[in-house]
Amino acid sequence: MNETTGLEHAAPVLEVRGLNLWYGDFQALIDVSASFRPRTITALIGSSGCGKSTLLRCLNRMNDLIDDVRIEGEILYNGKNIRRRDCSLTVLRKSVGMVFQRPNPFPLSVYENIAFGPRVHRMASGTNLDARVEESLRAVNLWDELKDRLRKSALSLSLEQKQRLCIARLVAVEAEVLLMDEPCSTLDPMATMKVEELMHRLKERYTIVIVTHNMQQAARVSEETGFMLLGELVEFGRTTDIFTRPADKRTEDYITGRFG
Amino acid sequence: MKREDKRQNIGFGALLAATLLVVIPVLAIVVLIVAKGWGALSWEFLFSMPRDGMRAGGIFPAIVGTIYLVFISLIFALPIGVMAAIYLSEYAKDNALTRVINLAIINLAGVSSVVFGLFGLSLFVVFLKFGVSIISGALTLGIMTLPVIITTTREALRSVPASYREVSFSLGASRWQTVRHAVLPRALSGILTGAILSVGRVAGETAPILFTVAAFYLPNLPTGLSDQAMALPYHLYVITTQIPGIPESFRYGTALVLIGFVLVMNIIATVIRSKAGKKR
Repeated sequence: MNETTGLEHAAPVLEVRGLNLWYGDFQALIDVSASFRPRTITALIGSSGCGKSTLLRCLNRMNDLIDDVRIEGEILYNGKNIRRRDCSLTVLRKSVGMVFQRPNPFPLSVYENIAFGPRVHRMASGTNLDARVEESLRAVNLWDELKDRLRKSALSLSLEQKQRLCIARLVAVEAEVLLMDEPCSTLDPMATMKVEELMHRLKERYTIVIVTHNMQQAARVSEETGFMLLGELVEFGRTTDIFTRPADKRTEDYITGRFG
Repeated sequence: MKREDKRQNIGFGALLAATLLVVIPVLAIVVLIVAKGWGALSWEFLFSMPRDGMRAGGIFPAIVGTIYLVFISLIFALPIGVMAAIYLSEYAKDNALTRVINLAIINLAGVSSVVFGLFGLSLFVVFLKFGVSIISGALTLGIMTLPVIITTTREALRSVPASYREVSFSLGASRWQTVRHAVLPRALSGILTGAILSVGRVAGETAPILFTVAAFYLPNLPTGLSDQAMALPYHLYVITTQIPGIPESFRYGTALVLIGFVLVMNIIATVIRSKAGKKR
């Protein structure tokens, strides 16, 4: 159904099939099926409470932290069902990392923030760890800004630097997928632009899924878009298609601003 | 003056009066004890054995006994209390069992201290055959202080923002790694404060040690955990009620040492807390 992006035939990195999710009695996801292609930015759009963040948090099983959640269906990461009991959450989350809405560095130094992940996964220590910190900061264009402030508290950074630091933390543990939950909603337009530029660069190495209720952002950064409404994935396809010739009336209503 | 202003002034006055009423007894106690006890303080009083049926000499063995009891009871209570609090705060789900445990902790905090003493007597002294000894007294005091340590530790853990846990989990840290590296460092000052405040409680209690460890008078310092020991609060009771003709300054001197010890501990707790607070 899509025109070529060169990656259509690559096996999806993440896939959900027939996903239903309840918070107590409230059904937040209704029979959602979607697949996320490698080295592609996929945007999930929809109004508040439509389930887009919930879907995102299924992909690295962060919903497990909430009591009273019930999930049905399959979530596949590289073809393996991550809902199986033998799936290691620590390994999964190391590979499928998350960037939160509010930049949330630990109240530690810049260095310690990056080093946290490699340390808990025993990936590096000593000079190796120094190198990894540098490499991770370079990957998010923070090295030149922060190389003299590695021992300063991460809380002293600007919001946008903090958010990039949070992305660098994922680079440091060699994540494959970056799940971004409205990563720019606390940032001003200039800072947003910087983060979006960064996403474009990261796309070469990472599979990115971004939740946003900024439609322009979805149109700017993503190749694929899913539109969600009241727990359903109404439409999922190439971003250009979704924004220029949506197949579903509800999608059209939303992107033309008739509601949302 | 408007009626509202007048009412307001009366209200402020009442609140201020209530506040002063709280401060007065504290000041009065401190002033009384310092005034009457200061004269007794000397190197001899602090660091020598009692003589003449405790009417002369010092209170050194009571000080040593109290220090023993405080630290040994903390060696038991602190790890257990902190671990229990970590479990309850970070691991336990809200179910019937944890609700029963929480209820038990609240009730444990409400048990009167003399009942702890009786319990320590029957369990440690008699049943486990530890005899009247430092170990029996320290364990009894430890149990008494557990709810304090658990409650303060749990509060300290809860004050660590949930987002730190979330980030840590999202980076693939296990629950234990999250607790160890993301949560505990942030809760440490609160935990220490609780521990040190419970030191004050342990040092000052009389009833729990009455049947389990406290000796009326010992000619020697304790040499091991199975020895009896003198302790400051019990010594104060003894010299106040059991021994006629003791100089009054001895009683107040003993009380001064006791509240001084607790006060120093509280000051340390406050300093640690404010230092850690600045770091945050």
